[in-house]
Amino acid sequence: MPETKEPSSPVEVEKERWENETLDPALAKHPERKKSFQTVSLKEVDRLYTPADTEHVDFSRDIAFPGEFPYTRGIHPTGYRGKLWTMRQFAGFSTPEETNARFKYLLEQGQNGLSVAYDLPTLMGYDADSTLSEGEVGKCGVAVSSLADMEVLFDGIPLEKVTVSQTINAPASVLLAMYLVVAEKQGANWDKISGTLQNDILKEYIAQKEWIYPIKPAMKLVVDTFEFCTNHVPRYNPISVSGYHIREAGATAAQELAFTLRDGIEYVAWGVDAGLEVDRFVPRISFFFNAHNDFFEEIAKYRAARRIWAREMKERFGSSNERTLQLRFHTQTAGVSLTVQQPLNNIVRVAIQALAGVLGGTQSLHTDAYDEALALPTDRAALIALRTQQIIAEETGVVNTIDPLGGSYYLEALTQKMEDEALDYFRKIDAMGGMVGAIERGFPQREIQDSAYQYQKAVERGEQVIVGVNKYAMTDETSGVPILVIDESVRTHQVERLEQTRSQRDAGAVAKALDRLKLAAQNNENTMPATIDAVRAYASLGEICSALRDVYGIYEEPAF
Amino acid sequence: MSNRKIRVLVAKPGLDGHDRGAKVIARALRDAGMEVIYTGLRQTPEMIAAAALQEDVDAVGVSILSGAHNTLCPRIVQLLREKGMDDCLVLVGGIVPQEDLPKLKQQGVAEVFLPGTSTEDIVKFLRENVKPRD
Repeated sequence: MPETKEPSSPVEVEKERWENETLDPALAKHPERKKSFQTVSLKEVDRLYTPADTEHVDFSRDIAFPGEFPYTRGIHPTGYRGKLWTMRQFAGFSTPEETNARFKYLLEQGQNGLSVAYDLPTLMGYDADSTLSEGEVGKCGVAVSSLADMEVLFDGIPLEKVTVSQTINAPASVLLAMYLVVAEKQGANWDKISGTLQNDILKEYIAQKEWIYPIKPAMKLVVDTFEFCTNHVPRYNPISVSGYHIREAGATAAQELAFTLRDGIEYVAWGVDAGLEVDRFVPRISFFFNAHNDFFEEIAKYRAARRIWAREMKERFGSSNERTLQLRFHTQTAGVSLTVQQPLNNIVRVAIQALAGVLGGTQSLHTDAYDEALALPTDRAALIALRTQQIIAEETGVVNTIDPLGGSYYLEALTQKMEDEALDYFRKIDAMGGMVGAIERGFPQREIQDSAYQYQKAVERGEQVIVGVNKYAMTDETSGVPILVIDESVRTHQVERLEQTRSQRDAGAVAKALDRLKLAAQNNENTMPATIDAVRAYASLGEICSALRDVYGIYEEPAF
Repeated sequence: MSNRKIRVLVAKPGLDGHDRGAKVIARALRDAGMEVIYTGLRQTPEMIAAAALQEDVDAVGVSILSGAHNTLCPRIVQLLREKGMDDCLVLVGGIVPQEDLPKLKQQGVAEVFLPGTSTEDIVKFLRENVKPRD
């Protein structure tokens, strides 16, 4: 379709002249490679961006200065010139002994924060000896069934000094309790403990689907951790509101942005309803985004995220506290983009994705290992992933100036488009009564499924190229890549320790602690103190979750 | 040739909740004119075999990314055979190391589709391998 709109600005007049005089003759000689150019989210990209595309973007209102509202250019006035991002590699597999050794290895290699991956039974609140845990113990992460496992996991790692991020959601309050008790046994003061609990249950119902209880009691458990940490563990982030899994499930960049931030707003609203003070708990809410293949789209997403969050906290909750307005986030490169075919190519993908995270101003970063589409990473693959971050930080020079791509016509137009799309979703979700209401209707779930299907079709039509898969394919390319194998002996080992723990603990004290926890849940009290007491008595994760299941029931996903 | 549509049970065993693949496959098979039943998450091999029998399916597509395939897949095959569903194909899709492929096939898995497989290839495989019924 030819443009029929009358050019309005001098730049548009100039652009039309360029199109007539320079572009059209060139196109007549050499047509473009394809009719339409799209991002990995299947959004149309224009041939050229000019000041005309950013005429609605006002520098002082929308872009401004780093460390100042609306934080588009970053939350720190010195960017990475003051402090680099935290290199925080997600790790966890097999027994707590094995993961403890990997943690120590990563710390020796210059990593400066830890991030724990738990296995599926732990994520679902089952002990290693549950029949449902067969074949799964230690496979996708480390197996933790009681405080005894947690003591081994952090043996020799001072929790007052090393910040630890824990990827755990449905049973998050129990793992937080275990962590705090281990810290206490090390002699650490809770006032000084920092770190992050993922604890984002909304994205479980939306995308990751590791849930236990129905949505409303699950949200109550999250609010309990907000309240407890605000009062007793003030430097700890009790939640990491996560778009990562939403994206991996197939969302576009704009959907990831919109659903994650709307989840964040939902948590703030629930905290406020429970009587918490916005400026006391919101500064400890952190975020977690994906870094996918489309370089500029990702950078625009992070910049838009900061701008939207600052505005929403100001407008919806009336905050003017800068710690409340500042969105802090962790980034992980896109596991879903990694290929089994020609796996070494993944090193390159990860480097480019990580660079987008850095140019977007991330506070911490995990770079995926090249073998992650095959299995959990080997030591060698994990080391290359860490070195990738160190190369970006120390060699590329991108850290020398703040928000170096700010002002790019394309990036600013894209940042604005991201914000507009997210606000559009907010209006729809608000009209459904908020995120809990939207999830109950299956709205975000369906949007994501549709995007995942559209993307798969675009790949199969060859419109989205995956190097080594639907273009430049070879045969036998995975041979020779060593992979990490977790065998069934891990389960035997874990079940033995659990049996030993059960035989040595005071059974009466465990029963009493579990009864107290049920009572706290029934009476709508904060469940954290009773959970901590149960953990101290060596009640297992499965026993504690089972007590809460008795009170709250379980979640059943509706069909859609 | 009967006009019966190919019936497929898409199953998600184990504790893993990553259902993007299962849902994309279910939709692609439906778009290809097959009848698809999706089990939902966290089904035991016993539940999957019972659903396969009840729905009288021609094939079971098992989606698994957690590494528990060596435990769960052979059991599903065995339970189907015990129920007399000898012709019911068991297909596996997900993250499965190359080394495990021969053993899974030996244990009765008809085919394993690794990441990067086109949904069209899966449709084609089903059309070519499902035994026609009278």
